[in-house]
Amino acid sequence: MQSKIINTTTATKRPAFDWRNYIVYIAFIGVFITFSITLYDYGFLSTNNLLNIVRQTAMISIMAVAVTFVISTAEIDLSVGSIAALSSLTAALAIQSFGVIGGILAGIGTGAFIGLINGLLVTKVLIPSFLVTLGMMIIVKGIAMWITGTAPVPILNDAFIFLFGSGSLGPIPMLFVWTILIAVIGHIVLRKTTFGRQTLATGGNESAARFSGINTARVKLIALISSGMMAGFAGMLYAGRLEAGRFTFGEGAELSVIAAVILGGTSLFGGVGTVVGTIFGSILIGTINNGLIIMGLDVSQQMMVSGLIIILAVAFGRKAKKR
Amino acid sequence: MTKLALRMSEISKSFNGINVLDHVEFELEKGEVHALMGGNGAGKSTLMKILTGVYQKDSGKIVINDKEVEIEKPQDAQENGVAMIFQEFSVIPSLTVKQNIFLNRELKKSNGFLDEKAMYVQTEDLLKQLNVNISPDMLIENLSVGFWQMTEIAKALAQKASILIMDEPTATLSKNETETLFELIETLKSEGMSIIYISHRMDEIFQVSDRITVLRDGKFVITSPTADLTMEELVQHIVGKSMESSFGWKPRSYSKEEVILETKDLHSGSKVNGVDLCVYKGEILGIAGLMGSGRTELAQAIFGIDPITSGEVFVDCQAVRIKQPQDAIRAGIALVPEDRRVQGLVLTHEVKENIIYPILNKVSKSGFINKKKVDQLSEQFVEKLNIKTDSIYKSTNLLSGGNQQKIVLAKWLANEPNILILDEPTNGVDIGSKSEIIEIIRELADQGKAVIVISSELAELLAVSDRIITLKNGKVTSELSREEIKSEEDLEHAIQNH
Repeated sequence: MQSKIINTTTATKRPAFDWRNYIVYIAFIGVFITFSITLYDYGFLSTNNLLNIVRQTAMISIMAVAVTFVISTAEIDLSVGSIAALSSLTAALAIQSFGVIGGILAGIGTGAFIGLINGLLVTKVLIPSFLVTLGMMIIVKGIAMWITGTAPVPILNDAFIFLFGSGSLGPIPMLFVWTILIAVIGHIVLRKTTFGRQTLATGGNESAARFSGINTARVKLIALISSGMMAGFAGMLYAGRLEAGRFTFGEGAELSVIAAVILGGTSLFGGVGTVVGTIFGSILIGTINNGLIIMGLDVSQQMMVSGLIIILAVAFGRKAKKR
Repeated sequence: MTKLALRMSEISKSFNGINVLDHVEFELEKGEVHALMGGNGAGKSTLMKILTGVYQKDSGKIVINDKEVEIEKPQDAQENGVAMIFQEFSVIPSLTVKQNIFLNRELKKSNGFLDEKAMYVQTEDLLKQLNVNISPDMLIENLSVGFWQMTEIAKALAQKASILIMDEPTATLSKNETETLFELIETLKSEGMSIIYISHRMDEIFQVSDRITVLRDGKFVITSPTADLTMEELVQHIVGKSMESSFGWKPRSYSKEEVILETKDLHSGSKVNGVDLCVYKGEILGIAGLMGSGRTELAQAIFGIDPITSGEVFVDCQAVRIKQPQDAIRAGIALVPEDRRVQGLVLTHEVKENIIYPILNKVSKSGFINKKKVDQLSEQFVEKLNIKTDSIYKSTNLLSGGNQQKIVLAKWLANEPNILILDEPTNGVDIGSKSEIIEIIRELADQGKAVIVISSELAELLAVSDRIITLKNGKVTSELSREEIKSEEDLEHAIQNH
């Protein structure tokens, strides 16, 4: 009887607020306020330092936006770091012969192509994405070392460096512009489009998605291609920022990317995903690292503290086990 | 000493105030194969779950080997020598026969390491005792399903089981494997094992059992030596006299002129072996058949889930190629699948999200979803199908089975199909939702849709169908108009193919 009344009067009621869904924002605000107070005298809040955080996290953020889609389909992409390295080199090499446009096409094209191979191996040959992209991570790294015999390739093109490196739009660094742009596109695609729904349905229950007429293989293929493309794009940002292509770029980035995505609230088991959360996850990790450096901690101490914070945040964000 | 291995007396059990078992009696002699029979919802599996400690009885007594026992958890059952061979086998495919048999009871040497040799020898003895010719070191996944079952039986023996429960043991077996199983059952009997045998296949029951107990609607009906019963009598006991069964049949009229869906010599995998069927506009076609008869596989082939290996599907007299569900959907076909939790819903997602999955294109414009349209549509279906939920934003895993099933229905109705296939549409659904769903099915047919209902509940099939075909081994064995069928017994005979 009660349920009938509720049914008719509050049919548009949203589910109750659950702070666990917002753990990444709570953690971010907590960390930011703590550093603002304790590190105020060391210039944590200076414009320069804040922009620094944004510049340092741009590549991870951009890769993480695309990987959010991959993880939302209950797959994974471990090859993004290596792809970024290879793309930085192909972009740098292409610039030498074909200029800026050639460089951009080479950088993104490299990533898209590797993403396509990943996607085909996962959806057609049916190898688990963990294994495909683990193997691809090693192969691509090998290729990146091989094409120039581990030598860096300098970039002398000012337009490229402006666009993807040191340039800024008014007071806003280009790296920040790209981050916002990719994040906004990612957010809209995931939340407002049919592809976004198909992504979440595929990850939430692949069988039910198939029975609903969703081409789940196509969804996964597109997610993995996008992930490769964005890794290629991140590679260009590494290259633009340091004015060279280098095989060492993006080393270990895949782990920071996955940490950012999961920290942001995307489910490692698929079906639940958020791009805004991912961006905050990435910036949270960047802010922690930045603050610890200012505090004067060395790399080893930094690693221990940021690892601990990641585990704590995920532990607090965990939902009570459903019946 | 008596020769009784087990006596369950006055067993009662209720869920949410509904009596599932009402003072049920069951006896099992030593060295006997005792068939337990009854329609869906008769209480067989609840009774067995009480015996194996999955459920606890509300009242009654269980006596094993002249000793009253309390079975509160699965370990208690095991300690009392009760073992169940599950329909879905519970062996681990990536381990060997030996490893499975000694799983979690591994023999150890005095130094704490595994005693592989002793386990090998014991497994070998067991397999020899069962006349099963496989090596203890074979990986389960390399063996055929018949041997998976043998391994489970061997495991039960190794645990000193004296009462073995087999639930539809032949459903997944080939004919040869079935024969082997029956030989094995004879062997076990001669060694004093008592076996409770659950199956819907009458011919098997008459071949293998010594006595039969029938349950109906949670009540004890009869226990009788198999030899004293004819198949007619047995069917009558199972079905009962009363056809008052909650839903009556309402004769419907429709013109048998316009064929909407037709299949010709349809083959798919090993389970669909040349099916010809047709459904008329406005008709409800019932499909009956035992487990493993190919009912579900037929539906999944028509819907493009399982590949069609040969044969043709016609929609509105046009041949259509169905290679994936999208093709079927385009042809106006919808499938409400057998298992709503696995195939029907993304359980962690909201009601409205689930409703729009098949119609994403209809509620969006150039790829962007129209939120208003989605909300309107979802609200509309929640109201129309009387789905009980706080809101369209509620996660579907929080709803009852009946409401979940209505959401799966809504999903497909939103796509306005011409052909609707429902596989076990009222399975695990409460009685209220059940009659609502049956009413919805009738309405859809009245609107001119062609409807196929697959069900193992005969009362339901009889209530809703205009015509019924029966399947066996992936082939149509008979076709009956509803008027021809006088009772559930007639239909049961047609299904058993006698």
